[in-house]
Amino acid sequence: MFDVIKKKEPKVIESDSKRIPSSPVKLSVSDLEQMARQIRRDLIDMIYTANAGHPGGSLSATDIVTALYFRVMCVDPQNPRWEDRDRFILSKGHACPVWYAALANRGFFDRAHLKTLRKLNGMLQGHADMKKTPGIDMTVGSLGQGFCAGVGMALAARCLKKDFHVWAMIGDGEMQEGSIWEAAMAGAKWKLDNLTAILDKNGLQNDAFVENVMPIEPVADKWRAFGWRVLEIDGHNMQEIVEAMEQALIIRGIPTIIIAKTIKGKGVSFMENQPDWHGKAPNAEQYRQAMHELEVAV
Amino acid sequence: MTTHQSHYHHLLPEVAQLLDAPDFLQRTKSVATRFSYAEALLDLADRNPKVVVLNADVSKSINTNKFAAKYPDREFNFGIAEQNMMAAAAGMATTGLIPFASTYAVFASMRALDQVRNSIHYPHLNVKIGASHSGITPGPDGVTHQAQEDLSIMRSLATSTVISPADAVTAKLATCAAADWEGPVYLSLTRDPVPILFDEDYPFQIGKMVTLRDGCDATIIANRDLVAHALIAAERLAQEGLDIRVIDCHTIKPLDEEAILQAASETGAIVTAENNIIFGGLGSAVAETLVEHCPIPMQRIGVQDTFAESGPYLDLIDKYGLTAPHILKAVKRVIERKR
Repeated sequence: MFDVIKKKEPKVIESDSKRIPSSPVKLSVSDLEQMARQIRRDLIDMIYTANAGHPGGSLSATDIVTALYFRVMCVDPQNPRWEDRDRFILSKGHACPVWYAALANRGFFDRAHLKTLRKLNGMLQGHADMKKTPGIDMTVGSLGQGFCAGVGMALAARCLKKDFHVWAMIGDGEMQEGSIWEAAMAGAKWKLDNLTAILDKNGLQNDAFVENVMPIEPVADKWRAFGWRVLEIDGHNMQEIVEAMEQALIIRGIPTIIIAKTIKGKGVSFMENQPDWHGKAPNAEQYRQAMHELEVAV
Repeated sequence: MTTHQSHYHHLLPEVAQLLDAPDFLQRTKSVATRFSYAEALLDLADRNPKVVVLNADVSKSINTNKFAAKYPDREFNFGIAEQNMMAAAAGMATTGLIPFASTYAVFASMRALDQVRNSIHYPHLNVKIGASHSGITPGPDGVTHQAQEDLSIMRSLATSTVISPADAVTAKLATCAAADWEGPVYLSLTRDPVPILFDEDYPFQIGKMVTLRDGCDATIIANRDLVAHALIAAERLAQEGLDIRVIDCHTIKPLDEEAILQAASETGAIVTAENNIIFGGLGSAVAETLVEHCPIPMQRIGVQDTFAESGPYLDLIDKYGLTAPHILKAVKRVIERKR
């Protein structure tokens, strides 16, 4: 099952007049889990160093982002703008520490940059900037927009007769933005089977629990009613994640959303499912404890 | 016959001849610039395979439905969902396509402003925005459809390029120039017909004002539909012995500061004329330049601190102080202040 992967190899481009070798990466499930642990450590370290950032939603998205970059997506770190690459858009852009950590570990840029999150003159902005950071496929931060950009990319692929796939991760709080539903209608209208939405359904948003701030259930029924194929998974079960993504790639004629039930703050016990850990950095003691937990976790 | 025909540049001969006619606006051939935009897109499509058109349920109004009919694979109607259309246009532009997102100016510059700012301008993506119904040109439609702020809003976005052509000829030139321009371009277009003023040799260049009439007593810097009214005002003033320069400022940003300062030093007084609220538009842009480099008497014609109302286009802009008689008075006032 896990050997099903898109039959596509990175091609060279002429843009900078030197040929660039492809570097496909396809980790096993256990290696993906190991990588996810590393990425969690990196993002906690980044947010602690920056003394700001969004750990909760980064940790809930980590396993999914890891699977995309280290197994599912066809990308070339040596050629981040390779025009046939698969795209990823973190529409819930405040969780960009997980994106940066994944890109650094995948080789898009030097890990040393991770220490510069949110720093003046740094390339890792508080919300991701495609013009500053190699590997960022879309500038994000204002919720409800990245997903719409994904619709545009998927339509563009069709125009350009390219077979790249577009992955867009949205948050469950973000589903409250009306533009998400505008894009959902568009995805169904144009039968965008080259676009997959991934819902990081961690149940929390900035102020409190989603169900208290503005309920969004029944989520799966809503997406089905909007014309999407729905796959529901445990967003921290690497095997389920990989299977769902590979299934999404072969579904034709209808856009797919993977609804991933996740835990905000996953992997750091005192952050898990705590609204307070949406957008703050750990102090020194909390940092030590978090890193300790992520060291010994299995 | 006009009094100083030799003073005019790039005007159609019949336009120059008619400028002193009291019924100039009725006798000249008029076309809404939104239609010229749509026509230009058809020309562009043949030349540039990267050009695609995005609509938001007003393609029948802008005429971009013609593009849809001819190039069904390159047109995308997003329905009444301008926010999604703008962000999707941004996504398309990341792949190298050149999307022309077409809607009304109120929606392009206001409803979808967050998308236009964060997804298009911040990453400086190559999206072109065709915004019809700008200013209070959609007269009968009323205030909800009158974008009297679009130039002010779009000008305030960092790295924006904002163009408001005066007639059908320059609307076409502007649309083609936008396709060749790297980065976002906002094209502010009229719903109502405006006189075709220019010949085909009009030297359209983004960011370069064009002098339409020579003059040394004062300068009127106008844009979009008020260029015609500025020309009428200048012709009437010529009959009173005043020699007024008229400049078409089709690009409000990047602003041609050099041309403004040249007009300031050579004519000593400036009136701006725009069918846009007086806050933050052409008048403000010119005033900012003058205050910093060459303070001279200046007056702004534009919509005052008010919303307009429904009404026939020409009656409406007259009631709200934008037509030739208002411009003429303002010119006399600045000349008075020079003394």
